[in-house]
Amino acid sequence: MEYLDIFINEIYKIFFLVVPILVSVALIVWLDRRVWGFVQKRRGPNVVGPFGLFQTLADALKYIFKEIIIPASSNKIIFILAPIVTMTLALVAWAVIPFGENLVLSDINIGILYLFAISSLGVYGIIMGGWASNSKYPFLGAIRSAAQMVSYEVSIGIIIINVLLCVGSLNLTDIVLAQKNIWFVIPLFPMFVIFFISALAETNRPPFDLPEAEAELVAGYQTEYSGMMYAMFWLGEYANILLMCAMGSILFLGGWLPPIDIYPFNVIPSPIWIIFKILFLFFLFAIVKAIVPRYRYDQLMRLGWKIFLPFSLLYVVLTASFLFYFDMLPTKEF
Amino acid sequence: MKLNRFLKTIFLAEFVSAFIIAVKEIFRPKKTINYPYEKGKISPRFRGEHALRRYPNGEERCIACKLCEAVCPAQAITIESTEREDGSRKTTRYDIDMLKCIYCGLCQESCPVDAIVQGPNFEFATETREELYYNKEKLLDNGDRWESVLSKNIKLDKIYR
Repeated sequence: MEYLDIFINEIYKIFFLVVPILVSVALIVWLDRRVWGFVQKRRGPNVVGPFGLFQTLADALKYIFKEIIIPASSNKIIFILAPIVTMTLALVAWAVIPFGENLVLSDINIGILYLFAISSLGVYGIIMGGWASNSKYPFLGAIRSAAQMVSYEVSIGIIIINVLLCVGSLNLTDIVLAQKNIWFVIPLFPMFVIFFISALAETNRPPFDLPEAEAELVAGYQTEYSGMMYAMFWLGEYANILLMCAMGSILFLGGWLPPIDIYPFNVIPSPIWIIFKILFLFFLFAIVKAIVPRYRYDQLMRLGWKIFLPFSLLYVVLTASFLFYFDMLPTKEF
Repeated sequence: MKLNRFLKTIFLAEFVSAFIIAVKEIFRPKKTINYPYEKGKISPRFRGEHALRRYPNGEERCIACKLCEAVCPAQAITIESTEREDGSRKTTRYDIDMLKCIYCGLCQESCPVDAIVQGPNFEFATETREELYYNKEKLLDNGDRWESVLSKNIKLDKIYR
Protein backbone atom coordinates (compact mmCIF):
# COMPACT_ATOMS: atom_id res chain seq x y z
CA MET A 1 0.00 0.00 0.00
CA GLU A 2 2.82 2.29 0.91
CA TYR A 3 4.58 1.57 -2.38
CA LEU A 4 1.39 2.32 -4.25
CA ASP A 5 1.17 5.69 -2.53
CA ILE A 6 4.72 6.57 -3.51
CA PHE A 7 4.07 5.34 -7.03
CA ILE A 8 0.94 7.46 -7.41
CA ASN A 9 2.72 10.43 -5.92
CA GLU A 10 5.57 10.10 -8.41
CA ILE A 11 3.20 9.65 -11.36
CA TYR A 12 1.43 12.79 -10.23
CA LYS A 13 4.69 14.72 -10.12
CA ILE A 14 5.82 13.40 -13.51
CA PHE A 15 2.48 14.38 -14.99
CA PHE A 16 2.89 17.91 -13.71
CA LEU A 17 6.35 18.10 -15.25
CA VAL A 18 5.64 16.48 -18.62
CA VAL A 19 2.44 18.32 -19.48
CA PRO A 20 3.91 21.82 -19.08
CA ILE A 21 6.95 20.70 -21.08
CA LEU A 22 4.82 19.42 -23.95
CA VAL A 23 2.78 22.62 -23.91
CA SER A 24 5.91 24.75 -23.86
CA VAL A 25 7.37 22.70 -26.72
CA ALA A 26 4.28 23.59 -28.72
CA LEU A 27 4.66 27.24 -27.80
CA ILE A 28 8.34 27.22 -28.57
CA VAL A 29 7.72 25.90 -32.09
CA TRP A 30 5.36 28.82 -32.55
CA LEU A 31 7.92 31.26 -31.13
CA ASP A 32 10.61 29.87 -33.39
CA ARG A 33 8.53 30.35 -36.52
CA ARG A 34 7.34 33.73 -35.36
CA VAL A 35 10.85 35.07 -34.66
CA TRP A 36 12.06 33.64 -37.94
CA GLY A 37 9.25 35.40 -39.74
CA PHE A 38 9.76 38.69 -37.92
CA VAL A 39 13.45 38.81 -38.77
CA GLN A 40 12.51 38.29 -42.42
CA LYS A 41 9.80 40.98 -42.14
CA ARG A 42 7.05 38.42 -42.44
CA ARG A 43 4.26 37.93 -39.94
CA GLY A 44 4.74 34.26 -39.18
CA PRO A 45 1.83 32.11 -38.02
CA ASN A 46 -0.83 34.50 -36.71
CA VAL A 47 -4.18 33.00 -37.62
CA VAL A 48 -4.91 30.10 -35.28
CA GLY A 49 -5.82 31.47 -31.88
CA PRO A 50 -4.54 34.73 -30.36
CA PHE A 51 -1.34 35.71 -32.24
CA GLY A 52 -1.39 32.24 -33.78
CA LEU A 53 -0.47 30.63 -30.48
CA PHE A 54 -2.37 27.44 -31.29
CA GLN A 55 -0.64 26.93 -34.62
CA THR A 56 1.37 23.98 -33.33
CA LEU A 57 -1.78 22.41 -31.94
CA ALA A 58 -3.40 22.69 -35.35
CA ASP A 59 -0.32 21.21 -37.00
CA ALA A 60 -0.21 18.35 -34.53
CA LEU A 61 -3.89 17.63 -35.16
CA LYS A 62 -3.20 17.58 -38.87
CA TYR A 63 -0.36 15.09 -38.35
CA ILE A 64 -2.55 12.86 -36.20
CA PHE A 65 -5.09 12.50 -38.98
CA LYS A 66 -2.49 11.82 -41.65
CA GLU A 67 -1.63 8.33 -42.78
CA ILE A 68 1.51 6.76 -41.39
CA ILE A 69 3.41 5.30 -44.30
CA ILE A 70 5.92 2.57 -43.48
CA PRO A 71 8.21 1.79 -46.43
CA ALA A 72 7.98 -1.83 -47.55
CA SER A 73 11.72 -2.37 -47.43
CA SER A 74 12.19 -0.79 -44.02
CA ASN A 75 12.96 -2.54 -40.80
CA LYS A 76 9.52 -1.98 -39.35
CA ILE A 77 10.19 -2.40 -35.65
CA ILE A 78 13.17 -0.07 -35.57
CA PHE A 79 11.41 2.31 -37.94
CA ILE A 80 8.54 2.67 -35.49
CA LEU A 81 10.84 2.70 -32.48
CA ALA A 82 13.04 5.56 -33.69
CA PRO A 83 10.66 8.52 -33.15
CA ILE A 84 9.52 7.00 -29.87
CA VAL A 85 13.14 6.84 -28.69
CA THR A 86 13.79 10.44 -29.73
CA MET A 87 10.69 11.73 -28.00
CA THR A 88 11.16 9.68 -24.83
CA LEU A 89 14.80 10.60 -24.39
CA ALA A 90 14.03 14.25 -24.92
CA LEU A 91 11.43 14.13 -22.14
CA VAL A 92 13.23 11.78 -19.74
CA ALA A 93 16.15 14.17 -19.34
CA TRP A 94 13.90 16.78 -17.74
CA ALA A 95 13.71 14.69 -14.58
CA VAL A 96 16.86 16.27 -13.16
CA ILE A 97 16.34 19.88 -14.25
CA PRO A 98 15.81 21.97 -11.10
CA PHE A 99 13.20 24.71 -11.37
CA GLY A 100 13.79 25.99 -7.87
CA GLU A 101 15.49 25.24 -4.58
CA ASN A 102 13.57 22.00 -4.05
CA LEU A 103 11.58 21.99 -7.24
CA VAL A 104 13.14 19.02 -8.99
CA LEU A 105 11.71 15.63 -9.82
CA SER A 106 14.80 13.66 -8.81
CA ASP A 107 17.67 15.44 -7.10
CA ILE A 108 20.36 12.90 -7.95
CA ASN A 109 24.03 13.44 -7.16
CA ILE A 110 25.26 12.95 -10.71
CA GLY A 111 22.57 15.05 -12.34
CA ILE A 112 24.84 16.63 -14.92
CA LEU A 113 26.24 13.23 -15.97
CA TYR A 114 22.72 11.89 -16.33
CA LEU A 115 21.74 14.88 -18.44
CA PHE A 116 24.83 14.49 -20.58
CA ALA A 117 24.28 10.76 -21.01
CA ILE A 118 20.66 11.19 -22.05
CA SER A 119 21.43 13.94 -24.52
CA SER A 120 24.15 11.73 -26.01
CA LEU A 121 21.67 8.87 -26.35
CA GLY A 122 19.52 11.19 -28.46
CA VAL A 123 21.69 10.32 -31.46
CA TYR A 124 20.32 6.77 -31.36
CA GLY A 125 16.84 7.87 -32.33
CA ILE A 126 18.27 9.54 -35.40
CA ILE A 127 20.57 6.68 -36.37
CA MET A 128 17.76 4.16 -35.91
CA GLY A 129 15.42 6.26 -38.02
CA GLY A 130 18.00 6.74 -40.74
CA TRP A 131 19.07 3.13 -40.87
CA ALA A 132 15.64 1.55 -40.60
CA SER A 133 14.27 3.67 -43.46
CA ASN A 134 16.52 1.68 -45.82
CA SER A 135 16.89 4.52 -48.27
CA LYS A 136 19.72 6.77 -49.38
CA TYR A 137 18.88 10.19 -47.97
CA PRO A 138 17.87 9.09 -44.48
CA PHE A 139 20.99 6.96 -44.26
CA LEU A 140 23.32 9.76 -45.29
CA GLY A 141 21.51 12.15 -42.96
CA ALA A 142 21.82 9.75 -40.06
CA ILE A 143 25.53 9.21 -40.67
CA ARG A 144 26.13 12.93 -40.79
CA SER A 145 24.09 13.51 -37.71
CA ALA A 146 25.87 10.79 -35.75
CA ALA A 147 29.30 12.15 -36.65
CA GLN A 148 28.23 15.70 -35.88
CA MET A 149 26.62 14.95 -32.54
CA VAL A 150 29.55 12.83 -31.39
CA SER A 151 32.08 15.52 -32.30
CA TYR A 152 30.27 18.30 -30.53
CA GLU A 153 29.51 16.20 -27.49
CA VAL A 154 33.25 16.03 -26.89
CA SER A 155 33.56 19.78 -26.59
CA ILE A 156 30.36 20.04 -24.54
CA GLY A 157 31.82 17.47 -22.16
CA ILE A 158 34.96 19.53 -21.71
CA ILE A 159 32.94 22.70 -21.23
CA ILE A 160 31.02 20.94 -18.48
CA ILE A 161 34.36 20.03 -16.88
CA ASN A 162 35.13 23.75 -16.78
CA VAL A 163 31.95 24.41 -14.87
CA LEU A 164 32.47 21.45 -12.58
CA LEU A 165 35.92 22.72 -11.67
CA CYS A 166 34.29 25.86 -10.29
CA VAL A 167 31.51 23.97 -8.50
CA GLY A 168 33.00 20.79 -7.14
CA SER A 169 29.76 18.84 -7.46
CA LEU A 170 27.84 17.02 -10.15
CA ASN A 171 24.49 17.85 -8.62
CA LEU A 172 22.57 20.39 -10.68
CA THR A 173 21.15 22.11 -7.59
CA ASP A 174 24.69 22.56 -6.27
CA ILE A 175 25.78 23.91 -9.64
CA VAL A 176 23.10 26.57 -9.49
CA LEU A 177 23.75 27.44 -5.85
CA ALA A 178 27.47 27.83 -6.58
CA GLN A 179 26.51 30.75 -8.85
CA LYS A 180 24.99 32.74 -6.01
CA ASN A 181 27.79 35.31 -6.09
CA ILE A 182 28.53 35.41 -9.77
CA TRP A 183 26.99 33.62 -12.72
CA PHE A 184 29.46 31.43 -14.55
CA VAL A 185 28.67 33.24 -17.77
CA ILE A 186 30.98 36.05 -16.64
CA PRO A 187 34.20 34.20 -15.71
CA LEU A 188 33.59 31.47 -18.31
CA PHE A 189 32.19 33.64 -21.09
CA PRO A 190 34.17 32.02 -23.94
CA MET A 191 32.95 28.65 -22.71
CA PHE A 192 29.38 29.93 -22.77
CA VAL A 193 29.76 30.96 -26.41
CA ILE A 194 31.25 27.59 -27.33
CA PHE A 195 28.57 25.81 -25.36
CA PHE A 196 25.89 27.72 -27.23
CA ILE A 197 27.39 26.92 -30.64
CA SER A 198 27.91 23.29 -29.69
CA ALA A 199 24.33 23.13 -28.46
CA LEU A 200 23.22 24.31 -31.89
CA ALA A 201 25.22 21.50 -33.48
CA GLU A 202 24.06 18.99 -30.90
CA THR A 203 20.39 19.65 -31.59
CA ASN A 204 20.84 19.83 -35.39
CA ARG A 205 19.74 23.43 -35.49
CA PRO A 206 20.76 25.80 -38.25
CA PRO A 207 23.53 26.67 -39.11
CA PHE A 208 24.46 23.05 -38.35
CA ASP A 209 21.31 21.38 -39.67
CA LEU A 210 23.28 19.26 -42.12
CA PRO A 211 21.49 16.02 -41.24
CA GLU A 212 18.34 17.50 -42.71
CA ALA A 213 19.87 19.91 -45.19
CA GLU A 214 16.97 20.14 -47.61
CA ALA A 215 19.14 21.21 -50.52
CA GLU A 216 21.23 18.06 -50.31
CA LEU A 217 19.38 15.39 -48.39
CA VAL A 218 15.67 16.19 -48.89
CA ALA A 219 14.88 15.94 -45.18
CA GLY A 220 17.69 13.72 -43.91
CA TYR A 221 16.65 11.01 -41.50
CA GLN A 222 13.03 12.20 -41.53
CA THR A 223 12.56 11.69 -45.27
CA GLU A 224 10.57 8.44 -45.03
CA TYR A 225 8.53 9.48 -42.01
CA SER A 226 5.00 10.76 -42.20
CA GLY A 227 2.05 11.60 -40.02
CA MET A 228 2.39 11.35 -36.27
CA MET A 229 5.78 9.65 -36.46
CA TYR A 230 7.22 12.66 -38.21
CA ALA A 231 5.56 14.92 -35.66
CA MET A 232 7.15 12.95 -32.84
CA PHE A 233 10.60 13.41 -34.35
CA TRP A 234 9.86 17.04 -34.68
CA LEU A 235 8.52 17.48 -31.14
CA GLY A 236 11.44 15.47 -29.77
CA GLU A 237 13.82 17.76 -31.57
CA TYR A 238 12.25 20.85 -30.06
CA ALA A 239 12.11 19.24 -26.60
CA ASN A 240 15.85 18.60 -27.01
CA ILE A 241 16.43 22.22 -27.95
CA LEU A 242 14.52 23.31 -24.90
CA LEU A 243 16.58 20.92 -22.82
CA MET A 244 19.80 22.37 -24.18
CA CYS A 245 18.54 25.86 -23.30
CA ALA A 246 17.73 24.66 -19.80
CA MET A 247 21.18 23.11 -19.52
CA GLY A 248 22.78 26.35 -20.67
CA SER A 249 20.82 28.41 -18.21
CA ILE A 250 21.70 26.08 -15.33
CA LEU A 251 25.38 25.80 -16.17
CA PHE A 252 26.02 29.43 -17.05
CA LEU A 253 23.09 31.72 -16.33
CA GLY A 254 22.53 30.80 -12.71
CA GLY A 255 19.45 28.60 -13.12
CA TRP A 256 16.61 29.89 -11.00
CA LEU A 257 18.66 32.59 -9.26
CA PRO A 258 17.71 36.20 -9.90
CA PRO A 259 20.41 38.38 -11.48
CA ILE A 260 20.85 40.41 -8.29
CA ASP A 261 19.61 39.37 -4.90
CA ILE A 262 17.71 42.56 -4.06
CA TYR A 263 14.09 43.44 -3.48
CA PRO A 264 12.14 43.47 -6.75
CA PHE A 265 14.09 40.57 -8.21
CA ASN A 266 14.14 38.09 -5.37
CA VAL A 267 10.38 38.10 -4.81
CA ILE A 268 9.75 36.74 -8.30
CA PRO A 269 9.39 32.96 -7.87
CA SER A 270 12.34 30.90 -9.01
CA PRO A 271 10.59 28.91 -11.80
CA ILE A 272 9.78 32.20 -13.50
CA TRP A 273 13.47 33.10 -13.57
CA ILE A 274 14.60 29.82 -15.08
CA ILE A 275 11.78 29.90 -17.64
CA PHE A 276 12.78 33.43 -18.54
CA LYS A 277 16.40 32.36 -19.00
CA ILE A 278 15.40 29.33 -21.10
CA LEU A 279 13.25 31.60 -23.25
CA PHE A 280 16.11 34.04 -23.68
CA LEU A 281 18.44 31.28 -24.84
CA PHE A 282 15.75 29.93 -27.13
CA PHE A 283 15.29 33.37 -28.61
CA LEU A 284 19.00 33.32 -29.46
CA PHE A 285 18.54 29.88 -31.03
CA ALA A 286 15.66 31.19 -33.12
CA ILE A 287 17.49 34.30 -34.27
CA VAL A 288 20.59 32.31 -35.20
CA LYS A 289 18.36 30.19 -37.43
CA ALA A 290 17.29 33.33 -39.26
CA ILE A 291 20.66 35.02 -39.70
CA VAL A 292 23.37 32.40 -40.18
CA PRO A 293 23.85 30.44 -43.41
CA ARG A 294 24.40 26.70 -43.24
CA TYR A 295 27.93 25.39 -42.71
CA ARG A 296 29.58 23.04 -45.14
CA TYR A 297 30.21 19.62 -43.68
CA ASP A 298 33.99 19.86 -43.59
CA GLN A 299 33.77 23.30 -42.00
CA LEU A 300 31.52 21.86 -39.35
CA MET A 301 33.97 19.08 -38.54
CA ARG A 302 36.89 21.48 -38.60
CA LEU A 303 35.14 23.81 -36.17
CA GLY A 304 34.33 20.99 -33.80
CA TRP A 305 37.63 19.14 -33.71
CA LYS A 306 40.25 21.73 -34.60
CA ILE A 307 38.92 24.83 -32.85
CA PHE A 308 36.43 24.06 -30.12
CA LEU A 309 38.12 20.98 -28.72
CA PRO A 310 41.63 22.47 -28.31
CA PHE A 311 40.25 25.78 -27.13
CA SER A 312 38.04 24.27 -24.46
CA LEU A 313 40.89 22.00 -23.35
CA LEU A 314 43.12 25.05 -23.05
CA TYR A 315 40.44 26.79 -21.05
CA VAL A 316 40.18 23.81 -18.69
CA VAL A 317 43.90 24.14 -18.04
CA LEU A 318 43.54 27.88 -17.52
CA THR A 319 40.58 27.54 -15.16
CA ALA A 320 42.23 24.76 -13.20
CA SER A 321 45.52 26.58 -12.81
CA PHE A 322 43.78 29.81 -11.89
CA LEU A 323 41.70 28.10 -9.23
CA PHE A 324 44.70 26.16 -7.97
CA TYR A 325 47.04 29.15 -7.85
CA PHE A 326 44.61 31.35 -5.93
CA ASP A 327 43.58 28.43 -3.78
CA MET A 328 39.93 28.71 -4.84
CA LEU A 329 39.36 25.08 -5.71
CA PRO A 330 35.99 24.08 -4.28
CA THR A 331 36.37 21.51 -1.55
CA LYS A 332 33.36 19.67 -0.39
CA GLU A 333 33.16 17.16 2.40
CA PHE A 334 31.38 13.97 1.46
CA MET B 1 45.46 42.74 -41.80
CA LYS B 2 45.64 39.10 -40.87
CA LEU B 3 45.54 39.91 -37.18
CA ASN B 4 42.52 42.10 -37.76
CA ARG B 5 40.68 39.24 -39.41
CA PHE B 6 41.72 36.86 -36.66
CA LEU B 7 40.36 39.18 -33.99
CA LYS B 8 37.13 39.59 -35.93
CA THR B 9 36.72 35.84 -36.10
CA ILE B 10 37.53 35.30 -32.46
CA PHE B 11 35.06 37.89 -31.24
CA LEU B 12 32.36 36.80 -33.73
CA ALA B 13 32.18 40.35 -35.10
CA GLU B 14 30.15 39.40 -38.15
CA PHE B 15 27.73 37.39 -36.07
CA VAL B 16 27.22 40.21 -33.60
CA SER B 17 26.54 42.76 -36.33
CA ALA B 18 24.13 40.35 -38.03
CA PHE B 19 22.42 39.81 -34.69
CA ILE B 20 21.97 43.56 -34.18
CA ILE B 21 20.53 43.95 -37.67
CA ALA B 22 18.16 41.05 -37.07
CA VAL B 23 16.90 42.49 -33.79
CA LYS B 24 16.35 45.84 -35.51
CA GLU B 25 14.42 44.17 -38.33
CA ILE B 26 12.09 42.52 -35.83
CA PHE B 27 10.63 45.90 -34.92
CA ARG B 28 10.34 47.25 -38.46
CA PRO B 29 6.94 47.22 -40.17
CA LYS B 30 6.18 44.00 -41.99
CA LYS B 31 6.35 43.74 -45.77
CA THR B 32 3.67 41.07 -46.04
CA ILE B 33 -0.07 41.55 -45.67
CA ASN B 34 -2.57 39.52 -43.73
CA TYR B 35 -4.03 38.01 -46.89
CA PRO B 36 -7.56 36.81 -46.30
CA TYR B 37 -8.26 39.86 -44.12
CA GLU B 38 -6.20 42.42 -46.01
CA LYS B 39 -5.79 42.41 -49.75
CA GLY B 40 -3.20 43.92 -51.99
CA LYS B 41 -4.17 46.64 -54.46
CA ILE B 42 -4.80 45.42 -57.98
CA SER B 43 -4.73 47.38 -61.22
CA PRO B 44 -7.98 48.26 -63.05
CA ARG B 45 -6.57 46.22 -65.92
CA PHE B 46 -6.39 43.10 -63.80
CA ARG B 47 -7.51 40.06 -65.76
CA GLY B 48 -9.36 37.85 -63.33
CA GLU B 49 -12.63 35.98 -63.48
CA HIS B 50 -14.80 36.57 -66.56
CA ALA B 51 -18.16 38.30 -66.56
CA LEU B 52 -20.84 39.08 -69.16
CA ARG B 53 -22.19 42.58 -68.75
CA ARG B 54 -25.66 44.03 -69.39
CA TYR B 55 -26.88 47.44 -70.46
CA PRO B 56 -28.41 49.55 -67.69
CA ASN B 57 -31.87 48.57 -68.92
CA GLY B 58 -31.10 44.90 -68.28
CA GLU B 59 -30.52 43.90 -71.92
CA GLU B 60 -27.50 41.66 -72.54
CA ARG B 61 -24.67 43.44 -74.26
CA CYS B 62 -23.39 40.39 -76.11
CA ILE B 63 -24.35 40.42 -79.80
CA ALA B 64 -22.95 36.95 -80.56
CA CYS B 65 -20.39 38.26 -83.04
CA LYS B 66 -18.12 35.39 -81.94
CA LEU B 67 -14.99 37.55 -82.15
CA CYS B 68 -13.94 36.37 -78.72
CA GLU B 69 -14.49 32.77 -79.69
CA ALA B 70 -12.36 33.30 -82.78
CA VAL B 71 -9.56 35.14 -81.00
CA CYS B 72 -9.34 32.89 -77.98
CA PRO B 73 -5.91 31.22 -78.23
CA ALA B 74 -6.89 28.44 -75.86
CA GLN B 75 -10.23 27.86 -77.59
CA ALA B 76 -11.94 28.04 -74.23
CA ILE B 77 -15.04 29.88 -75.46
CA THR B 78 -18.03 28.23 -77.13
CA ILE B 79 -20.89 30.37 -78.49
CA GLU B 80 -24.18 29.47 -80.14
CA SER B 81 -26.68 32.06 -81.27
CA THR B 82 -30.14 32.56 -82.76
CA GLU B 83 -32.15 35.44 -84.10
CA ARG B 84 -34.75 36.74 -81.70
CA GLU B 85 -38.31 37.87 -82.64
CA ASP B 86 -37.21 41.52 -82.64
CA GLY B 87 -34.57 40.70 -85.23
CA SER B 88 -31.55 41.06 -82.94
CA ARG B 89 -28.94 38.34 -82.75
CA LYS B 90 -28.35 37.02 -79.25
CA THR B 91 -26.50 34.09 -77.74
CA THR B 92 -28.26 30.92 -76.66
CA ARG B 93 -25.07 29.49 -75.29
CA TYR B 94 -21.94 31.19 -74.00
CA ASP B 95 -19.56 28.78 -72.28
CA ILE B 96 -16.07 29.43 -70.99
CA ASP B 97 -13.93 26.56 -69.87
CA MET B 98 -12.04 28.31 -67.07
CA LEU B 99 -9.56 25.43 -66.96
CA LYS B 100 -8.55 26.02 -70.58
CA CYS B 101 -8.50 29.79 -70.25
CA ILE B 102 -5.06 31.33 -70.03
CA TYR B 103 -6.34 34.72 -68.84
CA CYS B 104 -4.69 36.56 -71.76
CA GLY B 105 -7.47 39.15 -72.01
CA LEU B 106 -7.86 38.90 -75.79
CA CYS B 107 -11.61 38.23 -75.46
CA GLN B 108 -12.24 41.53 -73.70
CA GLU B 109 -9.92 43.33 -76.16
CA SER B 110 -11.83 41.99 -79.13
CA CYS B 111 -15.32 42.62 -77.77
CA PRO B 112 -16.92 45.53 -79.71
CA VAL B 113 -19.61 46.15 -77.05
CA ASP B 114 -17.61 45.56 -73.85
CA ALA B 115 -19.81 42.56 -73.07
CA ILE B 116 -17.23 39.98 -72.05
CA VAL B 117 -14.78 41.42 -69.52
CA GLN B 118 -12.33 40.08 -67.02
CA GLY B 119 -13.05 41.39 -63.57
CA PRO B 120 -10.91 41.92 -60.49
CA ASN B 121 -11.96 38.67 -58.81
CA PHE B 122 -9.27 36.02 -58.61
CA GLU B 123 -10.67 34.00 -55.71
CA PHE B 124 -12.91 31.56 -57.54
CA ALA B 125 -11.21 28.28 -56.71
CA THR B 126 -13.57 25.34 -56.58
CA GLU B 127 -13.49 21.79 -55.33
CA THR B 128 -14.49 20.09 -58.58
CA ARG B 129 -13.52 20.63 -62.21
CA GLU B 130 -17.16 20.80 -63.28
CA GLU B 131 -17.72 23.99 -61.32
CA LEU B 132 -15.16 25.72 -63.50
CA TYR B 133 -17.05 25.08 -66.75
CA TYR B 134 -18.83 28.42 -66.75
CA ASN B 135 -22.06 28.83 -68.71
CA LYS B 136 -23.95 31.92 -69.79
CA GLU B 137 -26.03 32.03 -66.65
CA LYS B 138 -22.98 31.99 -64.40
CA LEU B 139 -21.20 34.64 -66.49
CA LEU B 140 -24.20 36.98 -66.49
CA ASP B 141 -24.54 36.46 -62.77
CA ASN B 142 -20.89 37.45 -62.37
CA GLY B 143 -21.57 40.52 -64.46
CA ASP B 144 -24.46 41.57 -62.25
CA ARG B 145 -22.46 41.01 -59.12
CA TRP B 146 -19.36 42.92 -60.19
CA GLU B 147 -20.99 45.55 -62.45
CA SER B 148 -20.08 48.56 -60.29
CA VAL B 149 -16.39 47.61 -60.20
CA LEU B 150 -16.32 46.54 -63.83
CA SER B 151 -17.76 49.77 -65.20
CA LYS B 152 -15.45 51.81 -62.99
CA ASN B 153 -12.42 49.84 -64.17
CA ILE B 154 -13.40 50.25 -67.82
CA LYS B 155 -13.75 53.98 -67.30
CA LEU B 156 -10.37 54.20 -65.57
CA ASP B 157 -8.69 52.22 -68.30
CA LYS B 158 -10.38 54.04 -71.20
CA ILE B 159 -7.78 56.82 -71.41
CA TYR B 160 -5.02 54.33 -72.22
CA ARG B 161 -6.88 52.58 -75.04
